[in-house]
Amino acid sequence: MAARGCGGVWCRVLQRGPGGSCSASRPRRAVACNARGGAVPLGQSGLAPWAAVVGLEIHAQITSNSKLFSGSQVQFAAPPNSLVSFFDASLPGTLPVLNRRCVEATVMTGLALNCTINKKSLFDRKHYFYADLPAGYQITQQRVPIAVNGSLSYSLCKDNKMSQMVTKTVRIKQIQLEQDSGKSLHDDARSQTLIDLNRAGVGLMEVVMEPDMCCGEEAAAAVRELQLILQTLGSSQAIMAEGQLRVDANISVHHPGEPYGVRTEVKNINSIRFLAKAVDYEIQRQIKELENGGTVLNETRAFDSKLGCTVPMRDKEGKQDYRFMPEPNLPPLILYDAKSLPANVNHQQVVNIDWIHERLPDLPSVKRAKLVELYGILPEHSFTLVNEDGLMDFFEDVVKQTQMKPKKVIGWILSDLLSHLKQHSLTAKESPISSFLLADLLNLLENGDISSSAAKQQWAEMLDGLRAERAIYTQRQMKCSTWSGGERIAVVETDPTRSASRVDGVFEELWKGEGKTPLEIVKEKQLELIQDQEELEQICQAVIDEREKEVMAIKGGNEKVINKLIGLVRKATRGRANPLLVKQILEKKLSE
Amino acid sequence: MLKGYISPYNATVVQKLLDGGAVLLGKTNLDEFAMGSGSTDGVFGPVRNPWSYSRQYKEKIVPRSDSEPENSNWVITGGSSGGSAAAVSAFTCFAALGSDTGGSTRNPAAHCGVVGLKPTYGLISRHGLIPLVNSMDVPGILTRCVDDAAVVLGSLAGHDPKDSTTVQDIFQPFALPSLTDVSKLSIGIPKEYHAPGLSSEILAVWSKAADLFKNAGAKVVEVSLPHTHYSIVCYHVLCTAEVASNMARFDGLEYGHRSDMNKSTESMYAATRREGFSDVVRGRILSGNYFLLKQNYEDYFVKAQKVRRLIANDFVKVFGSGVDILLTPTTLSDAVPYVEFIKEDNRTRSTQDDILTQAANMAGLPAVNVPTALSGRGLPIGLQFIGRSFQEKQLLTVAKWFEKQEMKYLLCIQILQISGYTHHQKDEFQTSSGERC
Repeated sequence: MAARGCGGVWCRVLQRGPGGSCSASRPRRAVACNARGGAVPLGQSGLAPWAAVVGLEIHAQITSNSKLFSGSQVQFAAPPNSLVSFFDASLPGTLPVLNRRCVEATVMTGLALNCTINKKSLFDRKHYFYADLPAGYQITQQRVPIAVNGSLSYSLCKDNKMSQMVTKTVRIKQIQLEQDSGKSLHDDARSQTLIDLNRAGVGLMEVVMEPDMCCGEEAAAAVRELQLILQTLGSSQAIMAEGQLRVDANISVHHPGEPYGVRTEVKNINSIRFLAKAVDYEIQRQIKELENGGTVLNETRAFDSKLGCTVPMRDKEGKQDYRFMPEPNLPPLILYDAKSLPANVNHQQVVNIDWIHERLPDLPSVKRAKLVELYGILPEHSFTLVNEDGLMDFFEDVVKQTQMKPKKVIGWILSDLLSHLKQHSLTAKESPISSFLLADLLNLLENGDISSSAAKQQWAEMLDGLRAERAIYTQRQMKCSTWSGGERIAVVETDPTRSASRVDGVFEELWKGEGKTPLEIVKEKQLELIQDQEELEQICQAVIDEREKEVMAIKGGNEKVINKLIGLVRKATRGRANPLLVKQILEKKLSE
Repeated sequence: MLKGYISPYNATVVQKLLDGGAVLLGKTNLDEFAMGSGSTDGVFGPVRNPWSYSRQYKEKIVPRSDSEPENSNWVITGGSSGGSAAAVSAFTCFAALGSDTGGSTRNPAAHCGVVGLKPTYGLISRHGLIPLVNSMDVPGILTRCVDDAAVVLGSLAGHDPKDSTTVQDIFQPFALPSLTDVSKLSIGIPKEYHAPGLSSEILAVWSKAADLFKNAGAKVVEVSLPHTHYSIVCYHVLCTAEVASNMARFDGLEYGHRSDMNKSTESMYAATRREGFSDVVRGRILSGNYFLLKQNYEDYFVKAQKVRRLIANDFVKVFGSGVDILLTPTTLSDAVPYVEFIKEDNRTRSTQDDILTQAANMAGLPAVNVPTALSGRGLPIGLQFIGRSFQEKQLLTVAKWFEKQEMKYLLCIQILQISGYTHHQKDEFQTSSGERC
């Protein structure tokens, strides 16, 4: 047990009431969960710690043009029952024809998850009556699936600190191909059920993970890594909100050293955040139940995202006997490798494992390692780059187009771009600032054309423009034609309305797509560094004249005070002054 | 369950016939969902054997009592594809399609005096064939002579992308050569087919046929298929299991009968299936589901599959020993009157009637019924030839040779004695089959 889990075990809050916490060495997540549990009387087990065991079954919809066994198109949110073939509707006499693309996607996924690919796999029928299962059975791979015995490595940060990442491994029991079901819509008011068979028969990969995880955070991290892998492979779009990735979690708790407890299954979790919540809630619920002398039932539960808790599912009461039997209409699925590939075979008719293996793209873990090696960035930064949708490509595009060192670029990407994107719930692909524009901006900075504060300011303006977009049209009239430097400072720092209107200028130009470069904007807005020595000297002199007290202090030997003056000059120039140059001028003037 | 249901698509076999220029005359009756051996358990009522109305049968039959109406002596066609066999036998069409899962094409062919071919599993597409036992079902061909069967086979056989269990190999349609020399042939006579209940008449016809081959110079050897005895019980488990599974789709939602019961989806299912399925179908569904229960699966289904393998291996061994073709009876006796037949229930009947035909389905082998003689009551008797997998040409060539011998002549004469057929119909028959008959 010690090797797995959140680096520790679960414990109950012992009569400390809400907000109470376990000893400091215990993981933060566990503490937080325990705290949520509230005040609970001390159970029979006293101080004995609990360990949670979490296994996952993940259904990933395969990205394919047509369904697993029929020619119907696969498409999300199409009009109801518009993508249903005779086979999908289980008309008598129709037969399944296996979609080669689905097999290849599953083999690809199996290889990416370090699985053994079975050269011969079989299809089975799993029987149950449900309105959105027209044939009365699902074709799946119960006995011999395509891929078995794999593993998935994933990382998560310890104590929520990015700098302390730990890597864990979960064993993959198997990956099987199966049909998706249709969708039922229950209309309680009119007491009827509406059926949409568009999804019926879409190819699914069921990835079965061994119970090697022990908390919601681990489960969430494992699923996120799987999601990234599937998306990298293109075997599934794995968009959870569209139901392309659905997670069932098997959860039990026990005392380390004792046999596993009775498990419950929380079904159909459709977001990674909810997965973490559902697992943690269920662990706490089971511990509470057991500590209160109750028992955990082997049941199916659902996660209620609004209430943040799991509830028993009524429709799956009692044990189902699925009456598995071999699917007689599909011959065994034979896969080949370079060695076993028969000569004179029609390549359209066979799937060659080696061929697929050779063409596997770089997996997320390899991508991260390459980023670290190639750009000298920190491993935790590589995680963010890879895990955030499209961010890595954006970063690499910027790096290609700028002379700035990647190590410096990453700061801009992670602290500036990402935080702004998150504020607006955008992905990197949807960024209003293209990688080209950002690179241009960074180049200005790198060339010393503008200061970093000016760049950031401009940057903020570029992004804030998004928010101001609507305001642009109403505020357009307010745009001032000329500002003196002093006014400008005042405007920027004290008057948000006017600052927005000034921002308009930059953004309007950018959004109009007239191809204005940051350089042009900088020129227009007079943001470039003041190259004119005389002008700078005048500004410095003005500051010195205004700050007699500080000047006296410096002359009295307190040299640190000069920084304050430098700051004042920067403020006066709105960051358009080179600090080194300003220091030189001030020192010169003060020593006069 | 499927009353009034019209399939929105054509079965591959139907489409191939249409593409080949065939004229479709209509659909024929059969036991509901092909479950039966008499064509007596269909929703449209039982199928009557045309031979019931032949002159010689009418002459030979002794009325049981004066009170019985004259037509109560009519005999069954056998089944389940009895309607197809009757249609061909009564000269209403050139050929008919059936299905053959345990003998459903060969059995009625024998009783109706026509050729019934069950091709090798995987040679003809099952797309569009409502399944009974997917792993044994084959579309069957019913014609009046072996050459016709070869013609129909030629237009139906071959890979179908819509049926993954059809073989990829390209099928070359063939015309049957007229065999003159059978001395190189080895004909196997499986001793297990001398089954309890085999009528002496059929045994005699069987022996006579064996002698015919021997006298023509063929090697005729007694062989053993030791697991034949287990075939029927094994078939019963596999059949009902697949039936239970295949019938799950008939829930009243997408098509077919739907009950008015609307208390809940589950109660609608239950009522629909209660109302829509006959006792026979429901009985098979129940036993099939029992065999598939987790606790029973190993004891029944898995064991039955193992036995099936043994049965198939029996054939492999025999054919491996140099035997080319097996010669067996098709049925235990000639057709029985309907009133006799229904004294036993469907299950008992199926068990008895499939006994000689069923093993070929277990092994997926091609088999053909060839009309051979008339019984004492003036009803047809057929013999079955079983060949090697995908060796339809060899099988049919031998069948054709056999057909051509003396018995065939007798049979053709008898066919023409069927009462009620005018000279006009005789002419039509001759044009359809040419000089061959």
